[in-house]
Amino acid sequence: MSDEPVRAGWPLYEVFVRGKRGLNHVHVGSLHAADDEMALRHARDVYTRRNEGVSIWAVRADLVAASSPAEKDPFFAPSADKVYRHPTFYDIPDDVPHL
Amino acid sequence: MDHDNAYDGLVETQDDARWAFGTGFDDPLAGVDTTVPTGVDGAALAAYCLMLGDDALVSAQRLAQWSTRAPELEEEVALANIGLDLLGQARLLLARAAAADPSVVPPLPEGSPVPSEDALAFFRDAPAFRPVHLTQVPNGDFAVTVVRLTVLSTWRLEVLRALTASRDPVLAAVAEKGVKELSYHRDYAARWCVTLAQGTAVSRSRLVGALGVVWPYLAELSRVHPVERSLVEVGVAADPSAAWLVASAFLDQVLAAGDLEPPGTRSVGTMGGRAGRDGAHTEWLGPLLDEMQVVARAHPMGRW
Amino acid sequence: MTTTDLQAGFDETIAHEWRVEPRDWMPDGYRRTLVRQVAQHAHSEIIGMQPEGGWLTRAPSLRRKQVLMAKVQDEAGHGLYLYSAAETLGVDRDDLTQQLVDSRQKYSSIFNYPALSYADVGTIGWLVDGAAICNQVPLCRSSYGPYARAMIRVCKEESFHQRQGYELLMTMMNGTDAQRAMVQESVDRFWWPSLMMFGPPDADSPNTEQSMAWGIKRHTNDELRQRFVDMSVPQAAALGVTLPDPDLAWNDDRGAHDFGEPDWSEFAAVVRGDGPCNVQRVAHRRAAHEDGAWVREAATAFAAKQAAS
Repeated sequence: MSDEPVRAGWPLYEVFVRGKRGLNHVHVGSLHAADDEMALRHARDVYTRRNEGVSIWAVRADLVAASSPAEKDPFFAPSADKVYRHPTFYDIPDDVPHL
Repeated sequence: MDHDNAYDGLVETQDDARWAFGTGFDDPLAGVDTTVPTGVDGAALAAYCLMLGDDALVSAQRLAQWSTRAPELEEEVALANIGLDLLGQARLLLARAAAADPSVVPPLPEGSPVPSEDALAFFRDAPAFRPVHLTQVPNGDFAVTVVRLTVLSTWRLEVLRALTASRDPVLAAVAEKGVKELSYHRDYAARWCVTLAQGTAVSRSRLVGALGVVWPYLAELSRVHPVERSLVEVGVAADPSAAWLVASAFLDQVLAAGDLEPPGTRSVGTMGGRAGRDGAHTEWLGPLLDEMQVVARAHPMGRW
Repeated sequence: MTTTDLQAGFDETIAHEWRVEPRDWMPDGYRRTLVRQVAQHAHSEIIGMQPEGGWLTRAPSLRRKQVLMAKVQDEAGHGLYLYSAAETLGVDRDDLTQQLVDSRQKYSSIFNYPALSYADVGTIGWLVDGAAICNQVPLCRSSYGPYARAMIRVCKEESFHQRQGYELLMTMMNGTDAQRAMVQESVDRFWWPSLMMFGPPDADSPNTEQSMAWGIKRHTNDELRQRFVDMSVPQAAALGVTLPDPDLAWNDDRGAHDFGEPDWSEFAAVVRGDGPCNVQRVAHRRAAHEDGAWVREAATAFAAKQAAS
């Protein structure tokens, strides 16, 4: 039992789905989950509407190594790095909108 | 998709299969013989379908009340999926009740286009509903919701498992589909029970509180109504007390995984031996139905 | 690489209509504008669940209840896809949600109008989702890859939303006089707010030019508004409802409909936060977010314990 305050936000997962046998898993999007098991369950709910027979991979976004030579990234020069810059480094402006 | 013509998407129909509400999904009754089997009393079959259908309908209504209030967007999607499954089961079961015994359908004005499943859902008064009391209990917090869902889906899963062998081909078909759905509901809810029990001090105390809210209503789940007994004898219905035996063993495992004790709370009693299956309800059902039925009842000749 | 080289690379990507991807260098203004746009879009999906979600418990048929539940669920899903797209720009969902409930970020003005009858569920599908589709379909070609990909998914599902709304209205128009009156009354309330969904007139939309140059926005507000009017007029006729604009008329010279001017002072008030439901919508979202905190924290703590054991 932990009485320590914990950060509520769940980590980001990348979701890959194989729609049917014989096809590759394809990246379909992301979601948040507290752990791998919850990520798979959410992926099934959100991205497949529980269509059975599809195979799902859910991978924590911060564990995916990525190389993208065509992407010009001055922040992360090494060839293998995170897919996304996950930590919040960017201040969002308060601004007037229209959609 | 033509990115410059916003309305092209409207005529693309091949995508229907993915919609949860089911324009394209497999009709669970496709190819099923819907005549009432010989030796089965239509009135009893209808009453039994109302029991199972009303449990699903009232549970779905409670889940609908979570909409826009879930603790995270992913849970919003999950709770809606469960609600959609239960609504689907309710529709089939109410329609089956109406087919087995048309006299259960409340009378509507001459020429009303309201289909019988909706007449049963929206024009039946509370005493004619048959849900167990546990479905009627208000949602409370997320802990009450997942504890209630764990109990109800564990029990219903066992009921439906037994019904896959029902002599009524419609009940068997509904059960066949429902078993997959309920397995998912049960695992979703049970996992949340364990998570809340083992999460933080706050979540544990809420979960323990939720057990105290839900447990008094368990006694009703193992009662066998005379209608159920008569249909068990002819191989149509599932014995709820047998289903409860299996379900309670599973619930014991959930409690153990959460390092929880069954609460020593009291049990909710019956009224002259009558409870939800007899149309004797909690105070909560009336307001729930008032809200659910208000628009439909204002338009008995309406088309939706 | 110098900033000049990076800028040149970015400009080339835009000029060729290639997609900008998350790890690419991008000008600060582009990133800021995108974060704002995608976040507002995500917030709109989530706040947009409320007006219809309120009718879920009162839907007048079981089929309609399923359809509406599936639709409101889709909106949660759309919000989720879009927050994910925003997250590729280096913000996170919790922070964006906080900005929303603190009223520091906006959402579509239309959701600050109340849903007062079941016909509104249909009208929101037909007009509001219809306007959203006009706005959103061009965004499937947004220069920012993750946003464009999220939008393709969103647009496919939105077309179902519009179709179910129009179908509900059609069915109601074939019902009783009371139902027909309910549909007309609903259209009367939603027509002008729907036109406002495209934003202020081009002359008052200072950011449009830069957004179009960056390929974040594909058409001006007035172009999209005109397209929406031209599409809606025959649909209204087929439905048998009157659009509440005495100036609405076909103009042969322009090959388009002339139409009246929305009340831009009302629009400004709604955007400012003084619309009919702004306070209620944000308070509802805040309550859900705060009430759910203990659940999210519990799952995080449980996951940490599982990982440690």
